[in-house]
Amino acid sequence: MSLEEFKNRNVGEQSYRMLDLEHTPETGLGKFGQVAKRTVKGELFVGLWVTLREMKNALFGGKMHTIKYPLEKLPISPRYRAIHDMLRLLESGHYRCIGCGLCEKICISDCIKMDTRYDENQRKEVSEYTINFGRCIFCGYCAEVCPELAIVHGGRYETASEQRASFSLFEDMLTPIDALKQQKEFDGFGAVSPNADENIKKTPLAY
Amino acid sequence: MDATVLPEVTSLGVVIKAIIILTIISAIAGFGTYIERKILAFMQRRLGPTHVGPFGLLQIAADGIKLFTQEDIIPQNANKLIFQIAPAITAATAFIALASVPVFPDFIIPEFIPILGGTFVPSIAADINVGILFVLGMMAAGLYGPLLAGMAQANKWGIIGSARTAIQFLSYEVVTGLSILAPIMLVGSLSLVDFNEYQAGEFTEWLIWQQPVAFVLFLIAGFAETNRTPFDLLEHEAEVISGYATEYSGMRWGMFFIGEYANMITVAILASVMFLGGYNDLGFIAGWFIIILKISFFFFLMLWVRASWPHIRPDQLMWLCWKVLMPLALVNILITAIVMMI
Repeated sequence: MSLEEFKNRNVGEQSYRMLDLEHTPETGLGKFGQVAKRTVKGELFVGLWVTLREMKNALFGGKMHTIKYPLEKLPISPRYRAIHDMLRLLESGHYRCIGCGLCEKICISDCIKMDTRYDENQRKEVSEYTINFGRCIFCGYCAEVCPELAIVHGGRYETASEQRASFSLFEDMLTPIDALKQQKEFDGFGAVSPNADENIKKTPLAY
Repeated sequence: MDATVLPEVTSLGVVIKAIIILTIISAIAGFGTYIERKILAFMQRRLGPTHVGPFGLLQIAADGIKLFTQEDIIPQNANKLIFQIAPAITAATAFIALASVPVFPDFIIPEFIPILGGTFVPSIAADINVGILFVLGMMAAGLYGPLLAGMAQANKWGIIGSARTAIQFLSYEVVTGLSILAPIMLVGSLSLVDFNEYQAGEFTEWLIWQQPVAFVLFLIAGFAETNRTPFDLLEHEAEVISGYATEYSGMRWGMFFIGEYANMITVAILASVMFLGGYNDLGFIAGWFIIILKISFFFFLMLWVRASWPHIRPDQLMWLCWKVLMPLALVNILITAIVMMI
């Protein structure tokens, strides 16, 4: 199943068919007629054929549904909210976070803690940044509120842990500098909409 | 088959035959669980057991280890003696029924084997002249297994399961008996060997062409008697947890399953021998191979039906038995009798 098919939740676009159900017979003769008709009709063999066809498709048509999970994985939606990623600027490789603290402020489960200071160039830099994934409810507010698209949700959904409070540090979530080319933009909450370019208007200069 | 050249059947041969039936059918029953899981999985486009051994074949061994080492729990308020005996009844009656059914071909143990050398091992352990009657009687006696198991375990689901056992097995025993009465009238014998010889020759000689209704009725009743899916009311999980087997664990539970699979094989053998030409050679295909093919087909049919059809309500089961199948069987007997008289 492709991702597009998986994401299509628009009821009515799928090819549904209404079943041709007869009325329940009222009279004894009607009931007898129904039984006799169903006995001769061979509808049961249609059921047998369906399962045999599925077996043929599975064995010889390559339509087996099973995903051998730890060995194979299904693609997840780009909007899926898994463990956070910290992105870098593509040009300079510097991390995007400007230390504004909005994510810490909006976090409803109070799991983001950050500390900032001025560096030698009087730029704000992040000195401490942790997310407590034992508390995080993956609501996505941090990614939505981030003005720089710096904190986003990544694709690491295997979040089993030995400790209830498993913290993640800034460096753990930051894109490794050598993997900068593979860095992907997030499509979920807070991301730039696909038609963002069309929505940009010129700033009116004359009032 | 020329009866005059057959060596004498000794008691040693019969004992060997009994051991062969017991071991091989038990092994096939174990293998049957693997086949069932695989085929059900394929029909639902799953993979089935894959991790233990090549293609998951050693899953049988894993299941066996699990069943043998599982704690054998007997509930506090259960009737301990009956609770312990009940699974043995199911397994024992299933194997006793196999005693008068031709399972494997005759053979003589080679001379070079020390003690047993030269012993003739018959194809039927007990070649009695009322073979079919004995098999049916034993399969009917098998109802005491689930019945006593359900009533002994002090569990509501068990009680419901055993009540369903009583109605289902007793009712369908009638259909089984009546449905094969017509073929018995045609053949004029209760021995399965006579049935086999009656259908010797081309496949047009098969009894299914003369008695199609009896065949279908026997198959339906066979499904009910082996507790297979359209009629698996005894232990349907969605309704009665596990029915009569709710409180069972370990090898006692396993014995119910071995009994069920042995019964499936019995019904498959009966249907092949009585209606589909038995172990006669078909064209260039040898008889021993064609009977394995037929039995495998019926075994596959049971799994296939389980994957395809929903199971039915108890009232529908009774309706089907007493209002449809039994009258049909009676009409079939009447018509057969009239045709034979003319």
